[in-house]
Amino acid sequence: MQDREQFDQLVLPHLRAAFNLARWLLRSREDAEDVTQEALLRAFRFFSGFHGSDARAWLLQIVRNTCYTWMEKNRPMQSAVEFDELLHLSPLPGPEAQALAGGERERLTKALEQLSPRSREVIVLRELEGCSYKEIASITAMPIGTVMSTLARARERLQQVLSRPGIKEANHDV
Amino acid sequence: MTCDDFFSFLYPYLDGELDAPHSAEFERHLEGCAPCSHALEAQESLRSSIHGAQLREPLPTGFERKIRRQLDEASRPASLRRFAAWRLLAAAALVLLVIGGSWKFAQKQKAHDNGDVSVTAADSAAAELVDAHIRALQPGHLTDVTSTDQHTVKPWFNGRVAFAPPVRDFAAQDFPLVGGRLDVFQGRTVAALVYGRRKHFVSVFIWPDPALDAEQYAGAMNGYQWISWKQSGLRFCAVADTSRDDLAALKDLIVR
Repeated sequence: MQDREQFDQLVLPHLRAAFNLARWLLRSREDAEDVTQEALLRAFRFFSGFHGSDARAWLLQIVRNTCYTWMEKNRPMQSAVEFDELLHLSPLPGPEAQALAGGERERLTKALEQLSPRSREVIVLRELEGCSYKEIASITAMPIGTVMSTLARARERLQQVLSRPGIKEANHDV
Repeated sequence: MTCDDFFSFLYPYLDGELDAPHSAEFERHLEGCAPCSHALEAQESLRSSIHGAQLREPLPTGFERKIRRQLDEASRPASLRRFAAWRLLAAAALVLLVIGGSWKFAQKQKAHDNGDVSVTAADSAAAELVDAHIRALQPGHLTDVTSTDQHTVKPWFNGRVAFAPPVRDFAAQDFPLVGGRLDVFQGRTVAALVYGRRKHFVSVFIWPDPALDAEQYAGAMNGYQWISWKQSGLRFCAVADTSRDDLAALKDLIVR
């Protein structure tokens, strides 16, 4: 089938980008596997409707939608109203825990996971996938101006989260 | 320009999305402005730790092979036979096409390829909505907001979709409003209203449709009827396993 060959050439090279976005949106590798599979099958099914030049943005848009639909169904309490506010954040590992847990990587992962999905996705698309503002706009169906303000806010949040005192202070409350 | 104005250059500058003249202007400003250059440094260091931490998730072992296998299965022509009504569908889709078939897929497709592909494409638009309706019938999936009160359901959509779906209860006409939910169609969020009809449920999908095409379409697949029409810039598609006449009656109530 000709469609299949084209799909393999144009879309499959972006499988890792797809999985990466799903993993960060869902904060779970296992769930990301399921949802990425579902998204790829959907993409294949609607591939005849794709005529653009940017297969990555097209695929990531489908992955993103599949993730949000999945979260609405499977984590109804969480997805829509996830807070970015500092009050709701759980403590990051302090310096000692960091050393044990693999350091900076762990710390950044925890920090990113504490952002709301809307903040997280723009950071992941920009910093991990290297998407341009225009690509992020087409993936998230937001105007470029909104992409810019969401990204600015997300970065400020991330920095706030990272600069908070770590586990030590939180332990006092226990 | 104030420092605040320059601050809005910070991220586009960092991301290489600021044009050359503005970049030069911003760089001149940075030289004399400690807060802005600190902010830039902080963001640059955040970026380099993100990049250094290699947060991009690697694929699980064997994942790509698994996906390819599933695609093989999905592209096997035999899988089409799962749909008993496939031929009927293709015929219905052809009719759609002949009567001037728009529906996003059909239109896009026509310019691109031969008629054969259009048939599958037009048909998959309706198939997607029928699928969404069937999925919604699973326990707990029918509605996100359950209420027979239109004044509860209508505001629920505020902020969830970027348009105002018309929500009315037709209990007096034997189509009681059951609730509403969000669904995804052709990659975007659409509103779905749920009405009861005796022991059956009807999903009415609604989304903004800027296309000029104001035709009414209808069809049947896998035992489900669907009817689609356009009204005040919105396209509607009602899907149910009731009779075509029932759907037409509901459509008349909504249009009225």
